[in-house]
Amino acid sequence: MQQAVIFSNISKDFPLDGRKIRVLDNISSDIRLGEMTMLVGPSGCGKTTLISILSGILSTTEGRVDIMGAALTDMPDTKKVLFRRKNIGFIFQQYNLLPALSAAENAAIPLTAAGVSNKKALARARALLEGMGMEGQTEKLPRQLSGGQQQRVAIARSLVHNPKLIICDEPTAALDAKTGLQVMQILRDIANEKNRAVLVVTHDNRIFHFGDRILEMSDGRITGDYTTEDFLKKEHIE
Amino acid sequence: MNKIALKILMGDKAKYLGLIFGVSFASLLMAQQVSIFVNLMARTASVIFSVSEADIWVMDTRVRYIEEVEPMRDMELYNVRSVEGVKWAVPFHKGLSTIRMQDGLTQQVQLIGVDDVSLVGICPEMVLGDERAIRKPQTAMIDKNGYVFTWPGQPLELGREVEINDHRVIINAICSITPNFITFPTMYVSYNTALEVAPPTRKKLPFILVKAQEGQNLQRLKKRITDQTGLQALTQNEFAWRSINYVLQRTGIPINFTITITLGVIIGIAITTQTFYMFIMENLKQFGAMKAIGFTNMQLLRMVLLQASIVGLTGYCIGIGLTALFFEVTKDAPALQGFILPWQVMVGVFCTIFLVILLSIVFSLRKVFKLDPAIVFKG
Ligand SMILES: Nc1ncnc2c1ncn2[C@@H]1O[C@H](COP(=O)(O)OP(=O)(O)OP(=O)(O)O)[C@@H](O)[C@H]1O
Ligand SMILES: [Mg+2]
Repeated sequence: MQQAVIFSNISKDFPLDGRKIRVLDNISSDIRLGEMTMLVGPSGCGKTTLISILSGILSTTEGRVDIMGAALTDMPDTKKVLFRRKNIGFIFQQYNLLPALSAAENAAIPLTAAGVSNKKALARARALLEGMGMEGQTEKLPRQLSGGQQQRVAIARSLVHNPKLIICDEPTAALDAKTGLQVMQILRDIANEKNRAVLVVTHDNRIFHFGDRILEMSDGRITGDYTTEDFLKKEHIE
Repeated sequence: MNKIALKILMGDKAKYLGLIFGVSFASLLMAQQVSIFVNLMARTASVIFSVSEADIWVMDTRVRYIEEVEPMRDMELYNVRSVEGVKWAVPFHKGLSTIRMQDGLTQQVQLIGVDDVSLVGICPEMVLGDERAIRKPQTAMIDKNGYVFTWPGQPLELGREVEINDHRVIINAICSITPNFITFPTMYVSYNTALEVAPPTRKKLPFILVKAQEGQNLQRLKKRITDQTGLQALTQNEFAWRSINYVLQRTGIPINFTITITLGVIIGIAITTQTFYMFIMENLKQFGAMKAIGFTNMQLLRMVLLQASIVGLTGYCIGIGLTALFFEVTKDAPALQGFILPWQVMVGVFCTIFLVILLSIVFSLRKVFKLDPAIVFKG
């Protein structure tokens, strides 16, 4: 199986009161195409820090990250942004939609940023949204949509530019159980159908079973790399 | 992308109007305060500027500004006339006097005495009668505001009689002048009448107005006049500025006013900074998400600059419009009569507003540029 991301020996220090605290401690692993990888672990263990580094929003103190064969850690910041908008899709816990833009306009943003014409970008965004059961909702503003619908807009936004890597931070945390499962099903299909790598950070053990693989983190280290089956057995989750 | 910027800006109508209101108010405050100050200062020199025919003012060396009168000897007029390069030189009287009206009430006036023959320095804009009337003895001309002030509610008519220092004077002409710093009525008489009616200590020559011959270098002519007569000679501009500076430095009026203006400008700057800083801060999460999704710093900067230009321009235009409206509405109030919104003030306010907007953007955008993942990922 092909790897979308390879990260090796990455460490991250944050300055705190003149000292340095090590938040990620020499970790290595990979994220594979065609799979949904779940990144789990207790609060404060470094999950958000890790995905910030993998997406080039944060730089490493040590180590290297390769995405789709390109050395992310060697790029200057401006190049990272351009690389990100071509290769990575984001889904956030709070959706982070722009309140003044319609669903379709929100979903089209990565294309707009890349300079694609409005008409083309909107057409593609609408098609994606309609494919996710959002017929008739594409011109509504975020506040006129339910949480689940907003997260679908966010998913469409993460896909509209056809990236190979989708990074999700707690995508179901703001949703009720049923809606959360629906959203996860959409993400799951995305990973399998189009040979994408989907990385999901989560606390929510009700959605662990959607993953193909589970990376367990604790205290800045990766402490386990399981198939979902093994992990659920270990944790005694049905 | 510009469309996105506009939608973000105008998406929240209340906030958008708040931004515009902030900048409008700041522009209005600055433009209005500074204009009033500038106009008031210009009034100080309005008597000097109103004598458009003269190139050089000659006076006693002790005179520091236009309201200060130090008499010279009469023969100085002839001395000045004999200086090489002087085309003509005429006496000019200016001083405060008290008039007594027929009902016994008194009133302070600014008395201006102009050369009987040439009438140099007389106000050019007649409202009623003929300026040449003042060549007759005991005849005066008064400015229209002064007339209305002295005889409120009465029709403009010639022939009114007043007493100046026990000398009977008939008002046989009415003119319109630029208001001066001292808002007393202004009365024009011939130089001879002025000497006649002035109090004994003022029966002297206060100013000599000089016209240079064609092609004369004014600075050299000034020097020749001073060398030959020992008097102080100043060009119109120099004397005007010296008067304005004197009032600025020596009287309490401008100090109070400077404080008001400074406050106005500071409040204007504070409102603008606050408005824009808040705008960016409130949208920080949006900007953060946009940056994570792939907007470059340059793209974000361009969007914010577009938003700022729209708010800045709209606010500035409304503010300046309101200021102009203010001066239009108050143009007949004697205290503000003739006040205008100088273009220099408009340019100054424009630059201040945009500089401040730019600074507050740069200041607040630093947060976006150094994007902390916490902003993007935190719930
Ligand atoms: N900018 C920063 N400066 C200093 N310390 C930081 C910074 N960002 C994160 N940390 C620290 O790094 C550690 C890991 O933070 P991180 O946000 O990655 O945790 P997390 O696993 O995502 O937790 P949660 O599940 O609560 O979101 C925490 O102890 C946090 O306090
Ligand atoms: Mg986190």
